[in-house]
Amino acid sequence: MAEIIETSSSRARENRASAINESRATRWVLMALAFGFLAIFLLSPLVLVFAEAFKRGIEPYTEALVDRDTVAAIRLTLLVAAISVPLNLVFGVAAAWAIAKFEFKGKAFLITLIDLPFSVSPVISGLVYVLLFGASSVLGPWLKSYGIEILFAVPGIVLATVFVTFPFVARELIPLMQEQGTGDEEAALSLGANGWQAFWYVTLPNIKWGLLYGVLLCNARAMGEFGAVSVVSGHIRGLTNTMPLHVEILYNEYNAVGAFAVASLLAGLALVTLVLKTILEIRFGHAIAGSRGH
Amino acid sequence: MEVRVANVRKEFDRFPALHDVSLDIKSGELIALLGPSGSGKTTLLRLIAGLEKPTKGAIYFGEEDASHRTIQERNVGFVFQHYALFRHMTVADNVGFGLKVRPGATRPAAAEIRRRASELLDLVQLSGLEKRYPAQLSGGQRQRVALARAMAIEPKVLLLDEPFGALDAQVRRELRRWLREIHDATGHTTVFVTHDQEEALELADRVVVMSQGRIEQVGTADEVYDTPNSPFVYGFIGESSSLPVKVEDGQLWVADRPIGLSVPDAPNGKAELYFRPHDVELLEECNGCIAGTVVASRRVAGTRRVELEIGGERQRVEIELPIEHPAAQKSRVAFRPRRWKVFLAEG
Repeated sequence: MAEIIETSSSRARENRASAINESRATRWVLMALAFGFLAIFLLSPLVLVFAEAFKRGIEPYTEALVDRDTVAAIRLTLLVAAISVPLNLVFGVAAAWAIAKFEFKGKAFLITLIDLPFSVSPVISGLVYVLLFGASSVLGPWLKSYGIEILFAVPGIVLATVFVTFPFVARELIPLMQEQGTGDEEAALSLGANGWQAFWYVTLPNIKWGLLYGVLLCNARAMGEFGAVSVVSGHIRGLTNTMPLHVEILYNEYNAVGAFAVASLLAGLALVTLVLKTILEIRFGHAIAGSRGH
Repeated sequence: MEVRVANVRKEFDRFPALHDVSLDIKSGELIALLGPSGSGKTTLLRLIAGLEKPTKGAIYFGEEDASHRTIQERNVGFVFQHYALFRHMTVADNVGFGLKVRPGATRPAAAEIRRRASELLDLVQLSGLEKRYPAQLSGGQRQRVALARAMAIEPKVLLLDEPFGALDAQVRRELRRWLREIHDATGHTTVFVTHDQEEALELADRVVVMSQGRIEQVGTADEVYDTPNSPFVYGFIGESSSLPVKVEDGQLWVADRPIGLSVPDAPNGKAELYFRPHDVELLEECNGCIAGTVVASRRVAGTRRVELEIGGERQRVEIELPIEHPAAQKSRVAFRPRRWKVFLAEG
């Protein structure tokens, strides 16, 4: 208080609009803390990844990337994402639709279930599938007798990834759809549209940016998931190794350039995701956050 | 299209929103559902539209029982309270939506849809705004787009939920007059919901006064204003004052004196007298009148409203005085209602 009273009239005018402003020193300390923290814990590892990957120059880097097992890992990661992201897109839209537009018993329970993968350790999620489909389970041997391998094969990896990533789309859409309510759909129906037309022409355009946002996050997680996939994959080189698992294997073999080369791809994916996410937030922030356009 | 609501009951989670409501709407009529919030007026409108299904009873469109028809099959034009315009579509696309989603055989060509849309936008005086998006329109313009969109499907019945609720007073009055003109020009059977009595009385051919899930009275503006059939309607439509009275031998008494109003057929007992504050006769001498002390006075436009305290029980009533009347604080005023009604106390 005393400080404000002592300031000259010009200073007082300058500060007039910002009653909550802290002193310059406080601001600097806070900003330095925030940036310093980010630099140490986020930026330096990122720089390190690229530095290590290119330590011996471009050639060993590209060589590491065209390695047969690495290409297989990249391909598997893309395949897993290509299956699990669309699955979660459909599931997420369906779940959000049900929760936002209908009243039914067990709704709160359903919301809790959707959040489950966020609260459960990914390793546990993986273990669940081992218990479900493992050699000592009921389901595993039965499926095996039909020649269907779940565990230590692509289906298991897809299942684990789907499980870990399913909250993203649903979580993004539920508040958005709840806020939009059912008015637009009712209007479409009253104008003669059938349910599918109402969804396609009205609901989907209303949620498209939020949906894209959810898909983006879902994809990033699907490609980067380590824990759950690690448990169910079996780490068979060239067959059931996704990129994150492959990074670990290469690193454990003291192949630093190889490990960091693959890691740099994942880091690149993260950066692209971040940029797209930021663009979405800036351009369509209101549509994602769920506030009505008018 | 005639619409008949026959003994409809509607419950939400066992909680009754409408009790046994019946209503006949004539073809081409403009009807207002008027009531306070929670009176069931919007529920009734949504039932007619097919957005809700009745728990009991039936809704007829003409001779046909439409109760189990879907909203799409009923072919009603519904204007939502907040318009529910599709915000990612242009005004023209909004208006043309109902035609675009028709099944292949009956769907007009794209050019024809465009033509119909701009024709309707002409009707609602919005030509030239085809390419705009809803966010670029004012509230009144959105309302007109919503109406044009509802009329595009050539509805049998036009239903409007609080059509002017979200607009400011000036725009409200304009749109009200304009809606009446559109109605007279197109002849649609129209039902609208409102909590604004002025709107209902001015605009509608007949007003349906609702309260607590029941229809209290159906009638023209004159009927519901001049001859309200229940204390609720008296209190809800227009301004009213009421005073507890006693019926004795066909005369009304306030406390221990007769007030000069007779009710020949009423049984003895307690009752409530209703009258309009402006519809009173001021008396110089009091042989049979209501007399009270002025306790409050306020200026309302061209008249003066005073609050009187009547009798030993200090009942307060409000009446209207001419501006030049010398009623100051604490002075006594005697009056007798010109038009009034007595409702016997229940039980």
